[in-house]
Amino acid sequence: MEQRWFFLEAVVGTALLLLVPLLFPDWMGFIVALALAKFLAVLGVALFLRAGMVTFGHAMFYAVGAYTVGFSAKWFGFRDILVLLPLGGLLGAGLAALVGLVMARYREVFFAMLNLAFSMMLYGVLLKLYWLTGGTDGLGAGVPTFFGYAPPREHLRVYQYYVILLVAGLAIYAVYRFLSSPLGYYLKARADNEIRIEYSGESVRRVIYFTYVFSGVLAGLSGVMAAFIVGHIVPEYAFWIQSGDFVFVALLGGFTSVPGPLVGAIAFEFIRTYASKYFPNEWQMVLGIIMLAIILFRPEGLWSIYEGLASRFGRSDREAQRA
Amino acid sequence: MRLLTIIVMDGAVFAAVLFLLSVGLTLVFGVLRILNVSHGGIYAFGAYMATYLALKILGVGGNPYLTYLMLLAGAIIIGLIAGPIIERVFLRRIYGSDQHIMLLLTFSIFLILDDLMKLIWGTKPLFVSEPYALLGQFTIAGIPYSWYQVALIFVSIIFGAFLIWAVRGTRLGKIVVSVINDREISQAIGINVNRIYLVSFTAGALSAALGGALIAPTIAVVPGFAVDATVLAFAVIAIGGMGSLEGAAIGALLVGLLRASAVHLMPEVDLVAIYLAMILVLVVRPEGLFGEVELRRI
Repeated sequence: MEQRWFFLEAVVGTALLLLVPLLFPDWMGFIVALALAKFLAVLGVALFLRAGMVTFGHAMFYAVGAYTVGFSAKWFGFRDILVLLPLGGLLGAGLAALVGLVMARYREVFFAMLNLAFSMMLYGVLLKLYWLTGGTDGLGAGVPTFFGYAPPREHLRVYQYYVILLVAGLAIYAVYRFLSSPLGYYLKARADNEIRIEYSGESVRRVIYFTYVFSGVLAGLSGVMAAFIVGHIVPEYAFWIQSGDFVFVALLGGFTSVPGPLVGAIAFEFIRTYASKYFPNEWQMVLGIIMLAIILFRPEGLWSIYEGLASRFGRSDREAQRA
Repeated sequence: MRLLTIIVMDGAVFAAVLFLLSVGLTLVFGVLRILNVSHGGIYAFGAYMATYLALKILGVGGNPYLTYLMLLAGAIIIGLIAGPIIERVFLRRIYGSDQHIMLLLTFSIFLILDDLMKLIWGTKPLFVSEPYALLGQFTIAGIPYSWYQVALIFVSIIFGAFLIWAVRGTRLGKIVVSVINDREISQAIGINVNRIYLVSFTAGALSAALGGALIAPTIAVVPGFAVDATVLAFAVIAIGGMGSLEGAAIGALLVGLLRASAVHLMPEVDLVAIYLAMILVLVVRPEGLFGEVELRRI
């Protein structure tokens, strides 16, 4: 039963996402594309939430991805999204592999705060090295090419959207594989009891280190895509409020499932768009209130509401069959 | 030599500000085991309220010396309102849950506070200069300093000494220490743990609001300065050791001097230097300079 539901949802979800550029107006396509881009970074953050750890610093890998695009465009005039995506992911992984060496030793508040410190250092550097990064003026991403092919301007958004959708699909697959690997199971077990994992012969540090590198790849890819969608790269990509947004999205959608962050990311971008339209000065407050309500009343996130409904209908379905 | 004097002076002033900002955060963490992300929000709220009241009294033609009283009143009002509300209404529901839940809850309160300030006082900077100007100036090494800054240093030393005395030397302080060490045993011997939580959190909120109120006359209060304050306070208590009052003092002094040196020697790296120091300290001594090692429980 569960399998059938899952399959159905996946098909419906994929079909909807595939049709977005055809059915919906441009501005909506833009929002969904941005949501899909940020969704990857959120997936990485959600992995840590599963392990009972929160990070206020993953914006640093997101910024690495974005600045990969910015520097490449600025220095080499090179804007090929299909080449820059793997490069951004790789650089994200590289930084995560370095920072992770330190980070794997820390938990809880210290993990959150050290991540924060590293990302704020990156933020400070990006802000102050004006001659290199353009400071608060930032860098432009420009118009992407696809393996050298430059699509006509009016179709550019559509091409870009499908590339992003494809990468998001691959990322979902990779995260499922990761979670069903022994490493993934140990990661979830960490939330319950870390010492028992070590008794069973696995090193918790190793688990956290690999998860960290994996989440660095995801956030790096996310940054590359966001840079091309927004077109403008500023130090705020590394700011801790950005990291906080990732955590918020994971929580909003529900971090215990993979579709959760996706639902959360799309909901978040729409909430933000409407909140900043109707409450231009108070949209953070709207976010805060929603987050508070979710923590206090629905800690499993929006997706769990749907799952609850689905299982209720599923049950009545089964009961109907029995009767 | 002249440069050294300037760095020490600037560093001391900045350290005083940082100490007032972060001592409440470390107190709350010590007792409640919650890293209160909304601390910076309460601090900024205190600054806004104090500036607003001070401007109000000047507006009705009050004696400019009354502004000192208004600064204090602003801090007390905010501390006594924000502290109990946040503790009673929100934190109480999540004691005993995972660390990440507590972090996220206080983070969302922070977001709400940050915009609530804009709703109440608008987005224009507020500035009251009377408390700062009334005390006059003096000159060291050719640089003018205000007596208000010196007063700030003394206030923070006195405040720190008072807190340490309150925890070490009074009955209430001993009860607090007992709750820190073992919540359940404390309850068993008849301590009202809930009340201690409320008192400690309110004390933390009060000190945050006081810090904001005292700093307000030296800067213009603008939206968004809560964000920087929160992150800096984290850095200070992480360096000093979370939950340690002495640690907050040492952390504030280190960060203050470091920032002053960076500002005068290498202005590009001032923020980076602080976070680098935090990372170095945490890598070498994860519990901070004055923190206690926590045992891992099975």
